[in-house]
Amino acid sequence: MFKNRKPWLIVTISFISLFVITALALRSDLIILDPKGPIGAIQKDLIMYSIYFMLAILIIVYILFAYIVSKYRDRNNFNAKDYQPDMHGSTKLEIVWTIIPLVIVIALSIPNAKALYALKEPPQSTMNKEPIIIHATAADWKWIFSYPEENIETVNYVNVPENHPILFKVTAADSMASFWVPQIGGQIYGMPGMVNDLYLQADEPGEYNGRNSNFTGAGMTHQQFRFVALEEVEYNNWVKETQDHAPKLDEGTYEKLMLPETVDEKTFSSTHLAFVDHGTDSAYAMKIREKYGVEIKGIKVRRGE
Amino acid sequence: MFDFIKENLILDEPLIVGANVSILLTLIGLIFALTYYKKWKWLWTEWITTVDHKKIGIMYIIAALLMLFRGGVDALLMRAQLTVPNNEFLSSQHYNEIFTTHGTIMILFMAMPFLLGLMNVVVPLQLGARDVAYPYLNNLSFWSFFFGAILFNISFVFGGSPDAGWTNYAPLAIEGSPGPGINYYLLGLQISGIGTLLTGINFIVTIIKMRAPGMTLLRMPMFSWTTLITSFIIVFAFPILTVSLALMTFDRLFGTHFFTLTGGGNVMLWSNFFWLWGHPEVYIVILPAFGIFSEVIATFARKTLFGFKSMILSLVVISFLSFLVWVHHFFTMGGSAAVNNVFSITTMAIAIPTGIKIFNWLGTLYKGRIQFTTAMMWALAFIPTFIIGGVTGVMLGMAAADFQYHNNYFLVAHFHYTLIAGVVFACFAGFIYWYPKMFGHKMNERLGKLALWFFTIGFNVCFLPQFLLGFAGMPRRVYTYVPEDGWTALNVVSTIGAIGMGIGFLILVYNVNYSWRHAKRETTGDAWNGRTLEWATTTAVPPHYNFAVIPEVSEIDAFWHIKQQKKEMKEESISYEPIHMPSNASTPFLMSVLFFVAGFGLVFALWWMAVLGGIGILACMVVRSTSSYRDKGYYVSVDEIRELEQSNQGEA
Repeated sequence: MFKNRKPWLIVTISFISLFVITALALRSDLIILDPKGPIGAIQKDLIMYSIYFMLAILIIVYILFAYIVSKYRDRNNFNAKDYQPDMHGSTKLEIVWTIIPLVIVIALSIPNAKALYALKEPPQSTMNKEPIIIHATAADWKWIFSYPEENIETVNYVNVPENHPILFKVTAADSMASFWVPQIGGQIYGMPGMVNDLYLQADEPGEYNGRNSNFTGAGMTHQQFRFVALEEVEYNNWVKETQDHAPKLDEGTYEKLMLPETVDEKTFSSTHLAFVDHGTDSAYAMKIREKYGVEIKGIKVRRGE
Repeated sequence: MFDFIKENLILDEPLIVGANVSILLTLIGLIFALTYYKKWKWLWTEWITTVDHKKIGIMYIIAALLMLFRGGVDALLMRAQLTVPNNEFLSSQHYNEIFTTHGTIMILFMAMPFLLGLMNVVVPLQLGARDVAYPYLNNLSFWSFFFGAILFNISFVFGGSPDAGWTNYAPLAIEGSPGPGINYYLLGLQISGIGTLLTGINFIVTIIKMRAPGMTLLRMPMFSWTTLITSFIIVFAFPILTVSLALMTFDRLFGTHFFTLTGGGNVMLWSNFFWLWGHPEVYIVILPAFGIFSEVIATFARKTLFGFKSMILSLVVISFLSFLVWVHHFFTMGGSAAVNNVFSITTMAIAIPTGIKIFNWLGTLYKGRIQFTTAMMWALAFIPTFIIGGVTGVMLGMAAADFQYHNNYFLVAHFHYTLIAGVVFACFAGFIYWYPKMFGHKMNERLGKLALWFFTIGFNVCFLPQFLLGFAGMPRRVYTYVPEDGWTALNVVSTIGAIGMGIGFLILVYNVNYSWRHAKRETTGDAWNGRTLEWATTTAVPPHYNFAVIPEVSEIDAFWHIKQQKKEMKEESISYEPIHMPSNASTPFLMSVLFFVAGFGLVFALWWMAVLGGIGILACMVVRSTSSYRDKGYYVSVDEIRELEQSNQGEA
């Protein structure tokens, strides 16, 4: 009695778990699969395309596996004719299951290659518009956005016009960080002493979460920013207003941003590009920390204090 | 000195104080027990100085299980922290230290030693050899691994753990992480890395030179094959780690500028070096796992391995490709489309040989007569679970899509699906399968299966939701989140799964104790109706010389064929000859202790200690080099062999 119940118990638990996970999945915001811009859309299409292949592979293997394991399990009425202990291979079959994965890999490689090149260009849909350039700089543990044309600098939020390509010039003042707005598009590293280009574009106005996804120490979790897509007019108003009313960014204020801590949102009407280019000067933040007496290296200080 | 200890001993964190106390109590208990039962001498002569590959293997496995416990507790603490949003159970710093040690320990101090342990126990037996090629070196390998692991592990109670992730990326690990933590990482890995490198060399030579007569490479069992290929990867990959660790140690201790922000260092260099070693490292742990599954599946399907040659070929291709994919760990670093494209293709190409292996295992099951032993069930659980890790690996390999997956929970779920369903399942399968060879009795099947179900269902419940968390945009290594992120429900489910895994592990450990007390003792060397030579020993636990008479091999699955042809020789007809065996070694232990001392000195920049340790290490090497000609080993006499072999026959 008990013997027969056990497999069913296992099967029931497994299916309930699977059911709960699926139900939760359906209720969750899978934002990567719900992109709000052309970059995220390219990536979502590629992801879905690969998922179909992978599901097909899984289903085939699972069916084969279930069939073989149940048919050839040793049991009382095992058909001895089914047992061929010396069967050691089949060149034909082995060639078949070399070629099928090869074909799948080729089928995945081609759209992947196309997407890789497409992502290096501004989005197709807005080819006629000149991309707005925004420098995104990671510094432990904040994001600094500089609009060189508009001469605006913001911290921990970035305003962009909707339906307009943005070229982010991503870099970092200290640790390697990763610039990511999941619902708009995939990420790129901000590397000290280097600049990486990333095109992004939001198709709808709205506020999206952006963050650093690469581990940069104690404050990494809070190294987040708001990515705000505004209507063109609203954006222009904001630019105008900021240029007129926001304070200038002086060097002393900027130096404070180089210290490893989290800060609130800030807005300035000039950029740090005037006094430092993190894309070529990787030592700047360290010099500032030294100046402010922040221990950057060595074993004397215990962490968590 | 007292100030130094007071400064570094961590007493302000209740969890760590608890750990302090329990470590102290365990140590006192151990010392008391060893003294009370007068076991010190036994410990020294039978275990610490042993050169017997089987005992060294068992010590590796014990160490690995301890580390699995430590890493598992780390994992549960992380899951506890992430279960609900805005949790204040762990601070950011504490969480960061925990995920760093979890990753490092699980890969380097759990997975590797577990597999090296099984290799040590099994491979010489499978080859029909009396020991590994360099038994002395083998002892040194174990102890340098062990003391490296200890050095790494004491960090959390003394001075603070490393906190830059197991990848230890520069410049964070150099200029962003004050305190001794990262030094512990650098030195702990360096010292244990010596052991791994030596083991790699040892097994290459053992497999090339010490196979039984008639065992051509194509008649060699699959686990030995995977060990051979793995050893080659170790020998090619580990020097990269050694050099990189040394360079970063210079950066941190002596002010050089290899990976620094200042002084013209190159921060990209570390990521490249790390993954040039790190990706092959993944295959160092997965290939032996594949070998274990091949053995277990063939044994319990009672059928010869399907597609033996294509299995070997795919191993070779995987090991070759493993050195050509490292950039896929940072597609997002800003490489050109062309570079990312090349590494996408090499990455996805690995799926081809891996797919061949999966289908060959299915082919092995096909027309077999499958016995559902616990070991076999771990192997069967591996196929459907691991393949999820495999296909998501291909998805991650598509660089354009990886810009979204990178650093999020999709990736976390993927590598746990490969490393747990691949490596950990294999460790358990191998542990249970070869358990009678190590301890003379099987593990209890009922408890074993209970552990299996808890662990495998728990595993899927834990990590399946994490794929979805990835799609929901949850990055890895964040210590908390807010309710608005919408990640709570899936995290709760994930934690429940983790608890299931924990229970499974506890049952498995309890099973060791239960089986030791209750299991029927094996009377023959062939507990499972095995196919390979490790089962051909006359006794359940082979004597230190393994085989009284080295078997001759004429086919693949040598022992299976010997049994088929009923070639078992009659007892009287065997003529024994004296067997030459290596003698015990005490220098390696001493030398490893000195490695620890020197390493500890470097961690805290206590130069006198580092220099003394270094001189001691050199002295050990000089002593060994100048006196090794006197170490001629010893002979096991014919009488002793006959007595050992016959006493076992009597018991049978």
